[in-house]
Amino acid sequence: MASHSDIKEQALRISIQGVTKTYGDFFALNDVSLDIEAGEFLTLLGPSGSGKTTLLMVLAGFIRPDHGQVFFGSEDIVLKPPHLRGVGMVFQNYALFPHMTVEQNVAYPLKLRRKSKDEISQGVQEALETVKLTGLGNRKIGQLSGGQRQRVALARAIVFKPKILLMDEPLSALDKKLREEMQIELRRLHDSLAMTTVYVTHDQKEALTMSDRIAVINHGILNQLGSPQEIYTNPTNAFIADFIGESTLLPVEVRDSTPKFGESVLSVNHEVGSDGSYLLVVRPEKLVLVTEDSTAPNQFPCTVEESIFQGESQLLIVRLDTMNSGDSEPYRMNLRIANTSANSAAIPQVGDSIRVALEKVDSFIVKQE
Amino acid sequence: MTALVGNQINVKSLRQQERKEKLVMMGLTIPYLLVVILLIVIPIGWLFGTSFVGPDGSFTFKHYIRLVESKAYYRIFVTTFEISVFTTLICILIGYPLTYFISQLPRRAANLCMIAVLIPFWTSLLVRTYAWLVLLQRKGLLNNFGIESGLFSEPLPLMHNQTGTLIGMVHIMLPFLILPLYANMRAIDADYLKAASSMGANQLRAFWTIFFPLSVPGLLAGSLIVFVICLGFYVTPAVLGGGKVIMVSMKIQSNIELFFSWGAASALGVVLLALTIIILYIASKFVSLDQMSSRG
Repeated sequence: MASHSDIKEQALRISIQGVTKTYGDFFALNDVSLDIEAGEFLTLLGPSGSGKTTLLMVLAGFIRPDHGQVFFGSEDIVLKPPHLRGVGMVFQNYALFPHMTVEQNVAYPLKLRRKSKDEISQGVQEALETVKLTGLGNRKIGQLSGGQRQRVALARAIVFKPKILLMDEPLSALDKKLREEMQIELRRLHDSLAMTTVYVTHDQKEALTMSDRIAVINHGILNQLGSPQEIYTNPTNAFIADFIGESTLLPVEVRDSTPKFGESVLSVNHEVGSDGSYLLVVRPEKLVLVTEDSTAPNQFPCTVEESIFQGESQLLIVRLDTMNSGDSEPYRMNLRIANTSANSAAIPQVGDSIRVALEKVDSFIVKQE
Repeated sequence: MTALVGNQINVKSLRQQERKEKLVMMGLTIPYLLVVILLIVIPIGWLFGTSFVGPDGSFTFKHYIRLVESKAYYRIFVTTFEISVFTTLICILIGYPLTYFISQLPRRAANLCMIAVLIPFWTSLLVRTYAWLVLLQRKGLLNNFGIESGLFSEPLPLMHNQTGTLIGMVHIMLPFLILPLYANMRAIDADYLKAASSMGANQLRAFWTIFFPLSVPGLLAGSLIVFVICLGFYVTPAVLGGGKVIMVSMKIQSNIELFFSWGAASALGVVLLALTIIILYIASKFVSLDQMSSRG
């Protein structure tokens, strides 16, 4: 197997510059620029209708942008028809040819490239081995399970050793357990092949699990580009803070560079910008239970409203005792406590009054939009 | 049968309930069954019986023997097959590209086109046939226009021959090909072609290796419908063929009207029916007959 540095050399860099696509007045993509490193696993993440699939289709060549450039390596390919781009693609519904067997499906790209019979059968066997489908070559597509179809689609996309692999929500049709297995398997596969992978999903957890970097797209605009850790711990706007993880957003006012929730001053882990309305991003697993006499910063007295058993953890929905003037509804937050045996006695009951705190390192605010 | 495990409370009444529901469902078919028996089973049985009755009322095979021995009958069957085959082929040549084009349009535009296909389909067969008569005859619109504009000097023989029959038949049969084919083509996922092209196939290649094979069931179903209907067609060849193109159905009519030979007409009917059933049976080995409903 090739070493990692070899892989990086063989793969292709992708550079997207100023790509815009409109449908009437609607901006599907609005001046998107993005550099994807050779051999990188990059995920385009966004809600449905955000433009993430449009961007993938621009890379594949099925959608022509209004303007902008797309480079594979040093070549601008924006005018190149899809069949000459040499990218492997896995479709959301797999798009396996129903009139062909598994083997014929996987052999298709090799036949187009006029490979010899031996090369084709060898290539097909290798690809089927890679996706762990050896022995199913003669099956018809209709006889396969969803997971097997997914693997055939993958084998077909990599059999001609493309330097770029595009995937459009390939796991969305699978059940949760299979999906989680495949996430890890796909990532392993990416690491063993010399490919730059661009992966589209709306599932933030999937994006966090698989990616080297995530590009968050919303309303056709690239919102943030960064590693999963960066995106999770340092979202740059309220949309991302809300979209990634199970956050609660609490309204915060900043006056004289001091953030306040109601009357209490908050200490946050970053410089505060100009005065105005902000949101405090509260991740359920970052909240800790504290006692009355604790000196921890950012404390919130609250009451437990619901307690939900979720296997490995207990999810508490708490109502904050503090209300800002003019609020009609009390604020609620989610709080997650690990269900370890050491913990079990300490989990509060419904109706209990408790105090929770957010460490300074876990506290950050984003501008309200 | 394996033994039932556990208690068997309600087994009887649950089964009864199930049987009752089945009976009610079967009941829904009664009106249709009555119609079929009255209008199809009894007349065909009667037809079959009549074909073995001679002019003097005795039992005879002579109608069938004549069918086999007579050169004229042989000619009629050949003509019938020729017209049916040519009509089907021309329908494919015109219908396949057209249907492909419509199937690639956006939904709204495609629906409009399909309405354009269907409107003549819903117009009376007789009206359309006579419309062709007006267009194609010796002093008809087409010939007048051609001569006046100097395209040709003598009127073209466009009707009272095979040409006229084929023109009319193709026009009338085309929707029968287009409907199942369209349903079939619409159901072909556009992602198949995208997938093919992402793997390196140009448009032509993707069409021939992916789209065409997937459209064959619809094409076969449509062709089969056209062919089978053509075999028994009467009005259009009778009007546009002008007595020069004699198909089986027309011979049946003349046997009755001119020769009052119900026996001979019945025998012809039975043979035509049998041939059609044989063709359908053979075709069913290649095409799923579900495809022949326009669901595709």
